[in-house]
Amino acid sequence: MKLCVRNARYLGAAVDLFVLDGQVQNMVPAGHHQPEPDAEIFDARGLVLFPSFIDAHVHLREPGFEYKEDVASGLQAAAHGGFGAVMCMANTRPVNDNAAVTSFILQQARKAFPQGGPRVYPIGAATVGLKGEEMAPLEELAAAGCAAFSNDGRSMENSELLRRVMEYAADLDRIVIDHCEDASLARDAHMNDGVTSGRLGVKGQPDVGEAMHIARDILLAEYLNLPVHIAHVSCKRGVDLIAWGKARGVRVSAETCPHYLLLDDTALEGYSANAKVNPPLRTPEDVAALRQAVRDGTIDIIVTDHAPHAAHEKECPLDEAPNGFTGLDLSVTLMWRLVREGVLEEADLERLCCRRPAEIFKLPVNMFAPGDPADFFLFDPDARWTVSPETLYSKSANTPWLGQEMTGRVAAHWIGGRRIA
Amino acid sequence: MEHENHYLWQHKDLLDVTQLSREDVRHVLDLAESFDAINHRPVKKVPTLKGKSVVLFFAENSTRTKTSFDMAGKRLSADTFALAKSGSSINKGESLKDTVWTLQAMNPDVIVIRHSSSGAARFIAERLDCGVVNGGDGWHAHPTQALLDCFTLRRAWQNAFEGRTLLILGDIAHSRVARSNAHLLSMLGVKVRMCAPRTLLPAGRETWPVEFVGDVREAVKGVDAVMCLRLQLERQEAGLLPSLSEYSRRFCLTPELLGLAKSGAPVLHPGPMNRGLEISAQVADCPQSRVLDQVSAGVATRMAVLYLLATRKDGGNQQ
Repeated sequence: MKLCVRNARYLGAAVDLFVLDGQVQNMVPAGHHQPEPDAEIFDARGLVLFPSFIDAHVHLREPGFEYKEDVASGLQAAAHGGFGAVMCMANTRPVNDNAAVTSFILQQARKAFPQGGPRVYPIGAATVGLKGEEMAPLEELAAAGCAAFSNDGRSMENSELLRRVMEYAADLDRIVIDHCEDASLARDAHMNDGVTSGRLGVKGQPDVGEAMHIARDILLAEYLNLPVHIAHVSCKRGVDLIAWGKARGVRVSAETCPHYLLLDDTALEGYSANAKVNPPLRTPEDVAALRQAVRDGTIDIIVTDHAPHAAHEKECPLDEAPNGFTGLDLSVTLMWRLVREGVLEEADLERLCCRRPAEIFKLPVNMFAPGDPADFFLFDPDARWTVSPETLYSKSANTPWLGQEMTGRVAAHWIGGRRIA
Repeated sequence: MEHENHYLWQHKDLLDVTQLSREDVRHVLDLAESFDAINHRPVKKVPTLKGKSVVLFFAENSTRTKTSFDMAGKRLSADTFALAKSGSSINKGESLKDTVWTLQAMNPDVIVIRHSSSGAARFIAERLDCGVVNGGDGWHAHPTQALLDCFTLRRAWQNAFEGRTLLILGDIAHSRVARSNAHLLSMLGVKVRMCAPRTLLPAGRETWPVEFVGDVREAVKGVDAVMCLRLQLERQEAGLLPSLSEYSRRFCLTPELLGLAKSGAPVLHPGPMNRGLEISAQVADCPQSRVLDQVSAGVATRMAVLYLLATRKDGGNQQ
């Protein structure tokens, strides 16, 4: 099977991409080679070419919460959002803390795309039932296909247990992802602690609770000489600590999400439950620090933290609503906004959403070298669309951008040389 | 008065005092004065809102505020319907949204809501055609309380707000009364001062139009009025205070402490009072105490608010 994507824009240059049997054959300046007569031609004039992105932090909700999302709908959102690989968190019901659940998730993924779709790498629960009490069977999970371990949205209050999980996981060549939050400082909180929460009369959680656990994790990683990955960093103090850790040579990597780069806690004015997320949206100073950190690499990767919730769960008073935003459909469009604003360049997106996550989690990746998997998408930077339940492939539309007009959307997406969107 | 003939109430709902202009506030207070006169007649009822219906949806315990709104509606001849927490379905897993749509289907003119979630009044107001009065939402706002406090202070201060100083003493962080009063009174030119242990002060207070004074004696010194806030017993349980007795020892408004204020300074309390905790029995019962005036002001003020919302669509609110 031969495919030629012609006249795409890649890192500012016009290129032709040749694909043969699911792999990259080569990428050359536009018009350099004539495609073979039996090749399928795709004219990509005006479109931007990216290798498929990797989303290292999503919630696919299956098994257990299929009314919010299931593996099939989540992967449709990924496919149409430019993600060729997703790492799904373990907070399903039952929790993904054993091989049966891991295998079920992988089987649902195969069913959703029998001929191959976005690749799914489950993240196994670090502790049984995500309760933070006993270590989960990490070898069993790794053997079943888990690519990393995490206690997901529950902070690891037990530092000794975290230490042992990091050590045990290291023997399995897996990394631990930690959601950093001091539970006592975040108890019953619904947003960031600050001017807005004080005015709204809503209990807030201070960013220092997140930063304290980031500091702990960095110190543990240094002491053990093991890697640790910090989930969804939302604050400047967290960025500063990660920079400090990296300067000391600690093997700490970190992620943030588009919403922390674009929104602050004033999005909660009006008590919008669709702006409630954990960690919460912080302040403009935090946004500025995170923007700098993704530019300079202090923050290694951008993830969506795709967290679908049904409409009725978010249509309620702020303090009754669950945390989280749907993200897979929207992420590339939102990140492109940062490119338009000059915060990031196309090459930064490729680094943050593809190369670095592949390095950190040791996943296959397309670097457009001959023989690489032909996972790539074309982005139409001028497409106009409105965020609504009808325009999203996810089952849920819980996003602070609901109802807003967006510019730019994924136009086409290939996995293993086969078009999936 | 000439200005009243041209005044038009613009608001579908009363959710927070921040939505009100000075003109709005003066109009509500003047209207409340005229309704207060009715409340002191032998026959305390006028037909003004005959045929209008008011639903009292109290999803959080309250007897005073509910009774106050109920009486306000009845004195204007509106039909009032109470939906108390035990009588409503919110304990049966029904969402606020579904409760609201059920209420809407009954087509009331005004709904008064009291709810433990900050923002709940706004949530229902955005979804309903009828007027919504916020009867207290979480820690956020309690606009009719602030208006009635304003009414009470206006009388006590002979109509002059400018340059006066009010001290709000007690649990500010968790108080919708404090938030609403701080906005309303500072808008009217009152200097608002607050005092509480730091654990009971709100985040982001540096942006409030308020002077925070740590030492309680310094805080009371020279003020023109003191408003005590009720201390919820759960604050101690949440670890914000070592003990209620220590709170009382430090912050209870005693005659000795009140003596530092301007002579005759009125004392307010939104009720119900914890005698001996945030306010001493002597102060609660002293001539400076305006607590009972607040209760009667509450009925008059809520009559004004119900009147304005219920007649908004009838083409003008000229009184």
